[in-house]
Amino acid sequence: MKKRGIGIAVGTHPAGLKGGGDPSQAQIRLKPDGTFDLLNGAVDIGQGCKTILRQLAADELDVPLENITHQNIDTDTGPMCTGTFASRVTFMDGNAVLAAAADLKKKIRDWAAEYFECSPADVEVANNKVFVKGVPEKSLSMAEVGAMVNWGGKFLVGTGAYTPGPGQQFDPETGKMTAIASLAFGCCVAEVEVDTETGVVDVLKLVQVFEVGKAMNRLLCKGQNNGGAMMGIGFGLTENVCPYYPTMDFAVQDLTDYVITTAADMPPVMVEDIVEVPHPNGPRGAKGYSEMTASLAGPAILNAIHNAIGVWITDYPATPERILKALEAAHA
Amino acid sequence: MAEYVGQPVLRYDGIGHVTARTRYVDDIQLPGMLYIKVLTSPVHKGIIRHLDTSAAERMPGVAGVITAKDVPGKNAYGLIPDQPVFTPEHIRYKGERIAAVAAVDEDTAMEALEKIKLDIEEQEPVFDPFKAMEPGAPLVRPEGNVWEFNSGKTRKIRFGDVEKGFAEADVIVEGTYTTATNDHAPMEPQVSVAYIDETDRLAIYTVSQDLYFHLGMLTAIFNLPMNKIRYIGGTVGGGFGSKNDIHCDHVAGLMALKIRKPVKYRHTRREETAYTTKRGPWTFYFKDGVKKDGRIIARYVKTVHDTGGYAGMGPYVVDKNSILVAGPYAIPNVWVDGICVFTNKPPCSSMRGFGIINGTAADQLQTARVAEAIGKDPWEVHFINAWREGDLGATQFKVEAAGLIEAMKRAAELAGIELPAHLKAMSSRGR
Amino acid sequence: MKYVLSFNLNGLPVDTLVKATDTLLDVLREKLNVVSPKRGCDNGDCGACTVLVNGEPVRACLTIGLTVAGKNVQTVEGLQQDGKLHPLQRAFHEHYAAQCGFCTPGMLIAAKALLDKNPKPTREQIVEGISGNLCRCGTYVEVVEAIQAVAAGKYKE
Ligand code: FES
Ligand code: FES
Repeated sequence: MKKRGIGIAVGTHPAGLKGGGDPSQAQIRLKPDGTFDLLNGAVDIGQGCKTILRQLAADELDVPLENITHQNIDTDTGPMCTGTFASRVTFMDGNAVLAAAADLKKKIRDWAAEYFECSPADVEVANNKVFVKGVPEKSLSMAEVGAMVNWGGKFLVGTGAYTPGPGQQFDPETGKMTAIASLAFGCCVAEVEVDTETGVVDVLKLVQVFEVGKAMNRLLCKGQNNGGAMMGIGFGLTENVCPYYPTMDFAVQDLTDYVITTAADMPPVMVEDIVEVPHPNGPRGAKGYSEMTASLAGPAILNAIHNAIGVWITDYPATPERILKALEAAHA
Repeated sequence: MAEYVGQPVLRYDGIGHVTARTRYVDDIQLPGMLYIKVLTSPVHKGIIRHLDTSAAERMPGVAGVITAKDVPGKNAYGLIPDQPVFTPEHIRYKGERIAAVAAVDEDTAMEALEKIKLDIEEQEPVFDPFKAMEPGAPLVRPEGNVWEFNSGKTRKIRFGDVEKGFAEADVIVEGTYTTATNDHAPMEPQVSVAYIDETDRLAIYTVSQDLYFHLGMLTAIFNLPMNKIRYIGGTVGGGFGSKNDIHCDHVAGLMALKIRKPVKYRHTRREETAYTTKRGPWTFYFKDGVKKDGRIIARYVKTVHDTGGYAGMGPYVVDKNSILVAGPYAIPNVWVDGICVFTNKPPCSSMRGFGIINGTAADQLQTARVAEAIGKDPWEVHFINAWREGDLGATQFKVEAAGLIEAMKRAAELAGIELPAHLKAMSSRGR
Repeated sequence: MKYVLSFNLNGLPVDTLVKATDTLLDVLREKLNVVSPKRGCDNGDCGACTVLVNGEPVRACLTIGLTVAGKNVQTVEGLQQDGKLHPLQRAFHEHYAAQCGFCTPGMLIAAKALLDKNPKPTREQIVEGISGNLCRCGTYVEVVEAIQAVAAGKYKE
């Protein structure tokens, strides 16, 4: 018999290293034609940091996006980044990039104040221009500034670093640990159909919503949300390196036996969305969250299985074998 | 004002991906490059009594063989640096590295591996973390099978008074949950290309997710300052935490340093599946004290994490899990005991979420059972317990920019679920 | 023992020396430096090595190199025509259908094979067409959307 059920799961996820103390740095250089090189040390593992860090730099410098290159090639040129892990790059490197852009803007203002013979406070860097507030004739394009600065024997480099705070240890007695850069939130609703004869679970519908502070790039979020869901479905239903745990007998050897989701496992209805509660310390309010996109589908599906067939599967993954055994035990 | 943040700006590396111009490490071929294969332990636990690589070294087509003796610096790495690049003596899991060969191609390197004489005294392994904790269990590690935190053999989280909470509760709900060993299975397996560059420095093309973090470990292994290693990366074919640990760079780097020729070391998918770090399995025991109205007023959690033969990020993962395993809920009394156990399995480490995904997996089944036990709609339980702005978590952090209620409302709406008016009226900004 | 293997690669003739046991993936990646087909598993499981042989999608890691003698082999390197991106390439880019990008060449070839045979596939047919290509980043939703957009004529030259 095929039985349907609905399940929900909610969760939260921190950005950055447990205990804090995981800095990132960034550097932005003004080139002779008024374009920029952004250098940082974060690795793009597919999440899209090469894209969003430029977005942040362009906004802060108020220049066209295409005027900014991004390099993260090696440790000779790239400033330090603790690493791409723990949903930390948007938050830490994002803040570092904003700081570097602000620093460069300040240096450009100082240079322009000398040139225009005014106070730096009167100089504005905006709209790809550098000008004295309220004096339209005292204005230079960024291209002009780049040429004058660089060929004039100066080198303007903005540097920035961000750390969520000094590293913390747990209090040994109470476990007190307050260093959490940001917390993102999420909720997943799964609808499944369980075949009580075969134990096979079909995920019919998956709704995921994440509260991300501020989406840097909504479509990169969409990719994380949908992609994480596919990994979460695998976590819930199939993925197991040691099927006879705790023994290592018949441990899986390759992708033939380690079953990850394919396009055919996509729920026919997949809905994702974000909500935004800006974080006071996040770059433009952003939090780090994308690891969490894989956390909720699994428990939502197992809760939906319970809703469908009335038995709890308490061991992940909920394989057909486990479902049939649980049904058998319930009827015994 | 430029306003790119929030806009669907196309991926900076997207054109590279769709034209296949993006260069991944295995796409790199250097003139005269040699290929590495690694001899790994065929047994789960044992002691190397004899290792003789001379026949392999003499084989035509072989350019070099390295073992623990060829590590100029510290033969240990990891967030907790306890894993040797090549084990000199003790074997703690099947697949542990013993020696590496560089040869003209991988077939020749494999042949050479077979010529290495290896005599291992096999010992009784322990796989079950609960058995490993028993007195008299075979020792995975000389110092004992349970990790020592700064709080002893358990990571202790003590918030409020759980016993008082249980006493005041209307219902007690208990449950035990397990999660399995998971593999990251990134489509790009581990690979490293190392060579001596034009400035006579060691250069390594890496799949590392963490250039500086790993550079620090490599400087210790190679006994070189940071500026004598050019660590080239930044583009990775999927990581999910597997490339948060070094798997090939140390071996390739050591070989290049020894033979001063370009080398490539890449995992086959089988090596990737069998030998790389994993998301370790967990057992969770929950006991909740619940009020009839749905408030969870006490939550006790005991977790046992199986981290395999080396610490890797296992203790870190237990720490991170402990902070949030009680869920995104304002529970006034929380007690967490987190235990990290060594067994004779490949080391477990980070994977997408550092133990939080496992905690969520367990806590969300438990919370659903709480709802069932008191005959409430699960939405009700999630809403009334959800963190509000300024609430304290179990480790006494203050919740800032709380947003769970907003996420739940939107999810219910998108799922076509009509929430009762009193839940819809709730907000993270107040209780 | 080595053999001379001659075939057509992305419209141009190539000759190379191969062993009888070299797979097409070995030939392309290691001998010819044509690296768009990726070695995800070398075992036929992942589809990252998918190329077209006489228009048919094959797994290069399961294809013995010598069997393509005299045939036409097409890879992502040959998708661009006159310097312009293939509609599928544009659609993949604009739909964010590549995250880490490692499975993307195989996906593109699988998608091309599908559309060459069936220019107006249903969603189910698209899903089936790419279901042999694993993507651990989980871009399936976006890949399907990109292929649907091309099939709907949104990326006509
Ligand atoms: S490399 Fe050929 S199918 Fe995976
Ligand atoms: S985009 Fe990363 S594997 Fe598909």
